Amino acid sequence: MSTPMTPPSGSPLDEHVENEIELKEVEGLSQGQIVRRRFFRHKGAILGLIMLGLTTLLALTSVGVGPLPGWWQWTPYETPSVVNAGRPSMSLPTWLGGTGFAIGEHPFGQDEIGRDIFARVMAGVQTSLMVMVVIGTVSAVIGIAVGAASGFLRGRSDTVLMRLTDLVITVPTIVIGAVVGKIAGGVSGLVFAIAMGLILWTTLARLVRGEFLSLREREFVDAARVAGASNMRIIFKHILPNAIGTVIVSVTLLMSSAILLETALSFLGFGVQSPEISLGQLINQYQQAFATRPWLFWWPGLFIVVIALSINFIGDGLRDAFDPRQKRIPSERKMAKAMEADGSAARAITTTVRPADSRNPGTGS
Amino acid sequence: MLNFLFRRIAAGIATLVVALFLMYLLVDRAIDPLQDLIESTAPNKQQLIDQRIADLDLDVNVVVRFFQWFGNLLQGDLGIAWRSGRDVNSLLTHAIGSTLELVSAATLLAVVLGVTVGIVSALRQYSAFDYIIIFLSFLLFSLPSFWVAVLLKQWAAIGFNDFLRDPVVAWPVIIGASLLVGLLWSLAIGGTVVRRLQVFAIAAAANIALLAYVQLSGWWDRPHIGPVMLLVLGAGTAFAVVGVFAGLHNRRALWTALTVVVIGVVLYFPMQVVFDSVTESNWLILGLGLLAAASGYVVGRLFGGADWRLSAHVGAAVAVVMGALVFVDQVMQVWGPYFKALSGRPIPTFGDRTPNLGGNYWVQALDSFTHLALPTATLVLIAFASYTRYSRSSMLEVMNQDYIRTARAKGLPERLVIVRHGFRNALIPLATVVPIDVITLIGGAIITEAVFARPGMGQLFVRSLEQAEIEPVMAYLLVTATLAILANIIADIVYATIDPRIRLDA
Repeated sequence: MSTPMTPPSGSPLDEHVENEIELKEVEGLSQGQIVRRRFFRHKGAILGLIMLGLTTLLALTSVGVGPLPGWWQWTPYETPSVVNAGRPSMSLPTWLGGTGFAIGEHPFGQDEIGRDIFARVMAGVQTSLMVMVVIGTVSAVIGIAVGAASGFLRGRSDTVLMRLTDLVITVPTIVIGAVVGKIAGGVSGLVFAIAMGLILWTTLARLVRGEFLSLREREFVDAARVAGASNMRIIFKHILPNAIGTVIVSVTLLMSSAILLETALSFLGFGVQSPEISLGQLINQYQQAFATRPWLFWWPGLFIVVIALSINFIGDGLRDAFDPRQKRIPSERKMAKAMEADGSAARAITTTVRPADSRNPGTGS
Repeated sequence: MLNFLFRRIAAGIATLVVALFLMYLLVDRAIDPLQDLIESTAPNKQQLIDQRIADLDLDVNVVVRFFQWFGNLLQGDLGIAWRSGRDVNSLLTHAIGSTLELVSAATLLAVVLGVTVGIVSALRQYSAFDYIIIFLSFLLFSLPSFWVAVLLKQWAAIGFNDFLRDPVVAWPVIIGASLLVGLLWSLAIGGTVVRRLQVFAIAAAANIALLAYVQLSGWWDRPHIGPVMLLVLGAGTAFAVVGVFAGLHNRRALWTALTVVVIGVVLYFPMQVVFDSVTESNWLILGLGLLAAASGYVVGRLFGGADWRLSAHVGAAVAVVMGALVFVDQVMQVWGPYFKALSGRPIPTFGDRTPNLGGNYWVQALDSFTHLALPTATLVLIAFASYTRYSRSSMLEVMNQDYIRTARAKGLPERLVIVRHGFRNALIPLATVVPIDVITLIGGAIITEAVFARPGMGQLFVRSLEQAEIEPVMAYLLVTATLAILANIIADIVYATIDPRIRLDA
C-alpha cells in the first residue's frame, strides 16, 4: 500500500520475506496491542506525547489550578516592581554562550506594569489546553451522535442531519467562531469552549457517517441483528468500536486546529476575555510592544507552536497505528540487516535497486 | 449535467437563506448597539438610547428585522453601516477587490509550490528530503498565523527595509546559503553519490554566481531583468518545461520552446516603446498574456509533427513565463522612483495602497505588490503545508496503482510514468480540494488583514462586529457563504470533468 519505491520488478520471494517480517511482529497480539505497539514505535508521536505531558505538568503545577496554589512565586495578576526593564532573567548555560544557567526572578521577563510573564504564559497554557480538551470532547460527542445516527438510520433523518452539517459548513469556521465567540467569550473560557465545540463537529460527523454507511452493510452487523441485538447495541457495541480509529485520529487533529482557532479568536478579541488569560489574547495584548519588549511576544507564541506541533505528531502516530493498510515498512537498511541474518545479504542489496531507474535514493551507496 | 446544476443551485440557495437567517439571529445576539450609550455619562442618556432604538428598529423583533433586511437584499440594497453612515454596497466593492487580490495571489503561489514540493517528496518517499518536508509541513501546520504575521511584519519588513539602505550581503553568508541550496537540490533530485555530488556542485555554483552577480552589479539599487537575464532565465525555463513535460529527446518541443524564448527576447525591445506610449490597464496586460500564450501555441503548431499538441502546450507555457518575466521587468523599472517616493522603506506593513502615490500603471502595480508581499507570504506559509500534504499522499496513492506498474512494465521511461500516469491522476483529488480551500483562505484572510490592516473583507467584518453594525457583517457573511456554496458546486463539477468515472446525472 505504501511502498511506491519498492521494486515493481521485485520477485514474489521478496514480498514473501517482507510479509514474514510483518507477520512475525503481530503474531498472537490483539488489535489493541498492535495499535499500542505501533504507536509507541512512532518516534514523533512519543516525542509529542512527552512534550505535551511536560507542558501540561508545568502549566498545572507552576501557577496552580483554581484554589490550589502552585510552586511558582508569582501569580499572573501580581504586579511586583519592574526589574531590569522587565528583561527575561533566564540565562543560558556557558556552553551555549550564556553567563551560566540561571532562572532568576522572572525567567520570561515582565510586562510594562511588572506582571510576571512566566506566570501569565502558564495561565494562558492552562486556559488553552482546557479549551482544547473541551472543544475536542463536545465536538466528539456531537459528531459521533450525528454521524452515527445519519449513517445508521439513513433515509430521511440522514438527509435532515446532513443538511444541518451543510448549514454549518457554509460559513468559514473562523467567521462563525468570531460571532459565537463574541457572545460566549465574555461569559467565561469554559462557555466559550463549549460554544466552539458546538460548531466544530461537522467534519467528524461526516467521517463517522461514512464509516457507519460502510460498516452497517458488513456481515457481523447482520449476525448481531439476527441474534436479536437492538439498534443501540449494534451502534455502540458492534459498529462504533470498528470506527474508533477514525474517530480518535480526527478528534486529535481537530484538537490541534481547535487550539489554533481559539488563539486566533482570542487574538482578534472575540475569544477568551480578560481577566481570564489565553495565549492568543496575550499575543494580542503585547503585539504593540514587539519593538521594545520582544519577549512579551515570543513565549506565548512558542507555547502555541509546541502544543499544536505535539498534538499533530500524536495524531500522525495514531493514524499510522490505527490504519491497518499502513504496513510498517522497515527501512532498507533494516531489511538488509534482517536478510543478512537470513543468509541472503547479497540479494537484499541488489534487488532493492530498481533496474530501470538508477535515481532511486538511498540505494546507490 | 444541467439538471444536476439546477438542483445543486436550488439547494445551495435554500441553504444560503437558512444559514443567513441563523447567522442574523446569532450576530444580533452577539452585538449590542447600545453599549456605548449605556456606559456613557451624558445627561440626556435615556433620550439618546431611545433615539438609537428608533433609528435601528431595535424594538422590532429580530425575525421581522431579518426579513426587512432580506427584502432589501433582494432589491440589491445591503443597507447602511449606521455608525459611519456609509453605504454597505460601496464598502463591500472595495473590500472584495482587496481580499480577492490577496487570496488569489496566495492560492496560486501555495498551489504551485505545495504541489511541486509534495510530489517530489512523494517520489522520494522515506528519503532525507521527504522527512524534512514532512517535518516542515507539520511545523507550518502548527504555526498560529497571527503570530507568524506579526513576526514577518516586525522582522522581515523592517529587516528588509534596513537591508536595502546598504544592500551588501557578507560573502560567508552567500556561500553558506548557496551550499544549503545545493544540498536541498541534491536531496530533492537524489540518485547515486556521484550524481548527488554533481547536482550539489552545479546548484551551489549557480546560486553563488547569481548572488555574486546581484551583489556586484548593484542590482538592489536598480533591480531589472533586462534582455540578457531574460534570455538566460527563458532558456532555463524552456529546458525545464521541456525536460519535465516532453523530455529533452523530443526535439520539436525543445525547438518550440527555444523559438518562443528567442521571439520573447526580440520582442522585448519594441515592447519597451509600446509600454511607454500606451496607457496600461489590468485588462490590457491580461490580453497581452493571452496573446503570448496563443502565439506560443501557434509556434508549437507550426513545428508540427505527430505530437504537435504537446509542443503547442509547451510553447504556450514558455510564452506565458516569458510574458510574466517581461511584466516583472517593467514593474522593476519603476523601482528607483518608487523607492525614493517612499523615502527608502519600500516594504510597507499596513494597508493595501500607499495613499496619494500617483504615478502610472507600473508604479501602482509595484505599490500593490509591495503591499501584498507580507500578507501573501503569511497565507502561503500556512496553505503550503496543507497542499504539500494533500499532494504527497495523493501521489503516493497513485504511484501504487496497477496502471503505474503496467506503465513501467511496458517499458515507459520513468519520466513518462511519473508525469503522464502519476502526476495527472494525483491532481484529481487536489482539484476538489482547491476550491474548498479557497474558502478557508478567505477565512484566514481575516487574521492576515487584521495584522496588516489591509482594508479587505475580513477587516470589514471584524471592525463591524466590534462596532455593532449588523449590515456590513451580514454583507460579509452573504459573500463568503455564497462563495462557499459556489466552491462546493465547482468542486463537484471539476471532479466530474476530470474523472470520467464520476457522472453527475446518475
